[in-house]
Amino acid sequence: MVATVDTIVEDPARVEEFVKHVQSGGKVESGDWMPEEYRKQVLRFVEMHANSELMGVLPEREWINKAPTLKRKLALTAKVQDEVGHAELLYRVAEDLGKTREAMLQDLLDGKTKFHNVFHYPTYSWADVAIIAWLVDAAAIQSQKALLDSSYAPYARTMQKICWEESFHIKHGYDMVVTMMNGTQQQKDMIQEALNRWWVPLVHFHGPPTLAEKDRDLYYRIKAKPNFVLRQEFFSKYIPKILELGLTIPDPELRFDTEANEWRYSDPDWNELKLVVTGHGPKTEDRLNLRRMAYADTQWVRDVVLGRAA
Amino acid sequence: MPVFEVFQQAREGKAFEHGGNVVAPDADMAILYAREFYGRRQEARRIWVVPRECIVEINDPDLLHPPAVDRSYRTVGGYSVRDTLRATRGAVAGSAQPD
Repeated sequence: MVATVDTIVEDPARVEEFVKHVQSGGKVESGDWMPEEYRKQVLRFVEMHANSELMGVLPEREWINKAPTLKRKLALTAKVQDEVGHAELLYRVAEDLGKTREAMLQDLLDGKTKFHNVFHYPTYSWADVAIIAWLVDAAAIQSQKALLDSSYAPYARTMQKICWEESFHIKHGYDMVVTMMNGTQQQKDMIQEALNRWWVPLVHFHGPPTLAEKDRDLYYRIKAKPNFVLRQEFFSKYIPKILELGLTIPDPELRFDTEANEWRYSDPDWNELKLVVTGHGPKTEDRLNLRRMAYADTQWVRDVVLGRAA
Repeated sequence: MPVFEVFQQAREGKAFEHGGNVVAPDADMAILYAREFYGRRQEARRIWVVPRECIVEINDPDLLHPPAVDRSYRTVGGYSVRDTLRATRGAVAGSAQPD
């Protein structure tokens, strides 16, 4: 009989000691003893992150052949290469926690595991590429910087390399947006329209305001900051940068409440987020089909590398 | 006699760094030496001992130190938004209507 989580008996004192360790800032290495719930929770978190890096390149790759200049094409290609590299690094971290890469990819293709909400939406113009590179990556780096302090040390160390590379993506995205906002009226309109399309997904990005005490990822310090804090940090850093370019944020409720010292905004439709990440986004099926096609097309490579008969 | 490279983790959660190496007839003796040289003052939280022949170095100047290839397009330093940003800010300020 295969052991399941329920049949693993753990010493409560040992679990309690472990929780105390991680809650007080202690770190865990891959070979260390850890409670089964912690292992599963880190695995789920890192696997979803890896899936997002892998799926995140699909909306961007569509634009490599349509890049306006050679330099933009080189930069976008480099970004796509970086993101696939991040997926590789993260799948390695996840694999060490006991799930094979084949199983993770299969679950992704079967729609059994999730990837980030923003990668379920379509792109309409080069301005979407600019807004994604600037603001989606900026929202992501806000979460990722908080992961530098993750209790799971191999993940935290991987995040150092990832954050370093993401900072180029954001700078290049900013460069694209500023260039277009300094261009023709048509270019400015394109950026504004892209921002209008991406604003709600960006507000969704850090997740619903889950109560901190119910968040198991926080409990184990797999992540160090709650969703609503990350969203506020993202707003504080980027809303002024968006506004100074002459852009309008499509939310009449948006304002900084100086008394509460936080941003107020229209509560987005959290049901949309739930639907999108559970496989019902406008582009979910197309993107998964593209990934399935790529996976089937490259089967021969895996067969050769793994020494299987073709 | 074989050489064993020693890697140390100075503080919890930090990356392992190369500390030095020991020469020993076998892994058991290498571990014993590494314990004494790299562990006795608690300067390392964890220690890895790796046979030198297991380490593969990538020695490829074309990749690591390309002489004339400009790869600035994939770095933060490759983009200077200062002037465009100033022009954009100026245009935004200029177009603002007085109340």
